[in-house]
Amino acid sequence: MTDTQAKKTVLDIQNLTVDFSTPTGTVNAVRGVNINVAAGETVAIVGESGSGKSQTMMAAMGLLASNGKTGGKVIYEDRDILGLPVRQLNRVRGKKITMIFQEPMTSLDPLYTIGRQLAEPMVVHGGLSWKAAKARALELLKLVNIPDPERKIRSFPYEMSGGQRQRVMIAMALANDPDVLIADEPTTALDVTTQAQILDLLADLQKRLGMAVIFITHDLGIVRRIADRVYVMKSGEVVETGEAKQIFDAPAHPYTRMLLDAEPTGTKAPVAADAQLLLEAQKVGVEFVLEGGLFQQSMVLKAVDDLSFSLRKGQTLGIVGESGSGKSTLGRAVLNLLPSTGRVVYNGELVTGRNRSQMRPLRRNMQLVFQDPFGSLSPRLTVGQIIAEGLVVHEPQLSAREREERTSQALEEVGLDPAVRNRYPHEFSGGQRQRIAIARTMVLKPELVVLDEPTSALDRTIQKQIVDLLRKLQLDHNLTYLFISHDLAVVRAIADTVMVMQRGKVVEAGSTRDIFEAPQSEYTRELMAAAMLTQQMASA
Amino acid sequence: MLRYVIGRLLGAIPTLFLIITFSFFLIRIAPGGPFDLERPLEAKVMENLSRIYHLNEPLWAQYLLYLKSVAALDFGPSFYFRDFTINELFAESLPISMQLGLSALCLALVVGGTLGVVAALRQNQSTDYAVMAAATLGVTVPNFVVAPILTLILGVWLGWLPVGGWNNGAFVNVILPVVTLALPQVAVVARLTRGSMIEALRSNHVRTARAYGLSAYLVIVVHALRGAILPVVSYLGPAAAALLTGSVVVETIYGIPGIGRYFVQGALNRDYTLVMGTVVVVACFVILFNLIVDLLYALLDPRVRFD
Repeated sequence: MTDTQAKKTVLDIQNLTVDFSTPTGTVNAVRGVNINVAAGETVAIVGESGSGKSQTMMAAMGLLASNGKTGGKVIYEDRDILGLPVRQLNRVRGKKITMIFQEPMTSLDPLYTIGRQLAEPMVVHGGLSWKAAKARALELLKLVNIPDPERKIRSFPYEMSGGQRQRVMIAMALANDPDVLIADEPTTALDVTTQAQILDLLADLQKRLGMAVIFITHDLGIVRRIADRVYVMKSGEVVETGEAKQIFDAPAHPYTRMLLDAEPTGTKAPVAADAQLLLEAQKVGVEFVLEGGLFQQSMVLKAVDDLSFSLRKGQTLGIVGESGSGKSTLGRAVLNLLPSTGRVVYNGELVTGRNRSQMRPLRRNMQLVFQDPFGSLSPRLTVGQIIAEGLVVHEPQLSAREREERTSQALEEVGLDPAVRNRYPHEFSGGQRQRIAIARTMVLKPELVVLDEPTSALDRTIQKQIVDLLRKLQLDHNLTYLFISHDLAVVRAIADTVMVMQRGKVVEAGSTRDIFEAPQSEYTRELMAAAMLTQQMASA
Repeated sequence: MLRYVIGRLLGAIPTLFLIITFSFFLIRIAPGGPFDLERPLEAKVMENLSRIYHLNEPLWAQYLLYLKSVAALDFGPSFYFRDFTINELFAESLPISMQLGLSALCLALVVGGTLGVVAALRQNQSTDYAVMAAATLGVTVPNFVVAPILTLILGVWLGWLPVGGWNNGAFVNVILPVVTLALPQVAVVARLTRGSMIEALRSNHVRTARAYGLSAYLVIVVHALRGAILPVVSYLGPAAAALLTGSVVVETIYGIPGIGRYFVQGALNRDYTLVMGTVVVVACFVILFNLIVDLLYALLDPRVRFD
């Protein structure tokens, strides 16, 4: 957009500060931020987690947690709305300035129908009757392309997918014809294809309705695609701002350059063709029985539908798919963590059908790293105890001293100071915790590691570090990886072969190069198109 | 829904059967009998009594006999209150206890719920601390301490309320016992409501409600409280069963002819049928209120389904 300057500024945030008082002292989350947006303009606020980008907008809307204090000015229609009493503020927020949140699963009230929640702001702000508001809600659901809107308007949030819930939130945001729409990471919790649809929808709606959009995100791919102007935030301050093109072509601040540089790059070197066959899966299937009720028949859900693959020592198989595609279930079935049909052969030994104690001798060679670095480490054990726990089980002959040595080695290997072993998980960041989780598996010197979305909960810059670490460990120890991810960029950087899954079936499989350069199936192409925004635009 | 209710009620029958069986034999194991007095009865009299009350028959025969009469909703004659059947005793006393209990329950819900919400909205401010301190006091001070103090102040010193008696449930007579019964419940309800309300106020969907400029009433009551009341509802089930079946202490202190005193008297006098009757009544109330709680849950939370 070239005529940005000519347009009128609708929302002007001036010198905004946010301070949280915590038991350990005051935290200055936002330190004097200036952000403005003009009618019809899309402005992106970019930064990693903890940069204060969300808190800036929360503060502007009077939505801070009770221990937060705000300073500065937020000018809307020549009036500072920051100091307004709630009653007056409520005439603006939800009507003229609306928000969409990062968490589509929890942002709607679970106890009320979609229709009622959509209608509520219209009744409150627009003075519509419930009946008229419901009718308009139906129109809005059509506008945001919800399938079967007549039925969905009577549904509860739990009956809808994340993407659909986010569409409902968008419908709610548009209900009163707002001047400014604040979207706080609206696509982060969604699958890539859903993400692309939501972004398209937002862009389309903005064009038609002409509102200003403030888009908060950590994903530069999205920024490049939708933003006119960009604010880069770090540690509560705007470190760089400018036209999107300028930010991407000539970033001035080193932090911006680091963000731009954070996409995982490179590809994996292939292993020797005669490398030992380590893992073979033949027609592996997993079924879940969905219990029916009195009037419903029980349904059998084939989460994994007779999949076969093989892995040689030192190889990485990337399993790609959206949530619900069965990729994590497959990973678990391979490790015999849930009952499955078919055959999994590990190193010449049959894995399928073994019970707990029969599995134990194999377990130390077959390890698992989880997606959630916050939930998967026991909060009540020290890092040292967490890492050494596997040794106690698998190498009981070790003395306490030897265990400590091995723990220290493992920590060094993942790039952490061995001195941290006496600390607890909550003292570490997400990236550090994922390193601890990796150290926990490395301490056993495994051969096969199943990595279930190990980088998905992390910022891009941290992702890159974890990918580099995993590569280094693979080279050092000739590890074999089963790398489960929905993130195609990461998979491309780390996998030899890729298997694309959809609804429990393999859509496409082949070498990473083939899959990425010449995807055969429509679904794979869709995934690429949705995910590869950055590269495509960069090469264009 | 109806299917579910019927299923649950049918499912209660084996539960009741087990409870009856267990308590029947348990009370018989206890030493002593209904006619063991300080001065023993003459052998002939004792024999006659035993025959009339079937105590001379083998235990299993008595058990079958009792099951049969319970199945016909007849709890038998009282061993102690000679001229009354258990049904007659309950018909008179149970409604009184239920009236007291229900009033106390409503009072606890309204006052406790309100206090809890107010405390949650003023979290970590003086109002919050005051409510929580009062709640702790309400839970810890037993009702046999509260009752005399209330009676002393409001009944004796100020003379506003009668110090005891039922007087056919006249409003002034009900106030003191209801308040005494309700106080600990008010405290528990306030604590529970505060806790879940604080959580609800922090939840994402309440943030959405605030972000969309909804009024305080819509945000607090419609969006936060409806979900936050769920833990209170599940607490109130068993609590209601206990309240409605009377309180020994409160009924004794205020001289109220409710069912509560029969718990103690029945057990002390080895009045087998009275003990069994109270057990069955309490069990029925517990089962019934648990069912009501589950139905309320479904009413409040659409995610709960019974099919």
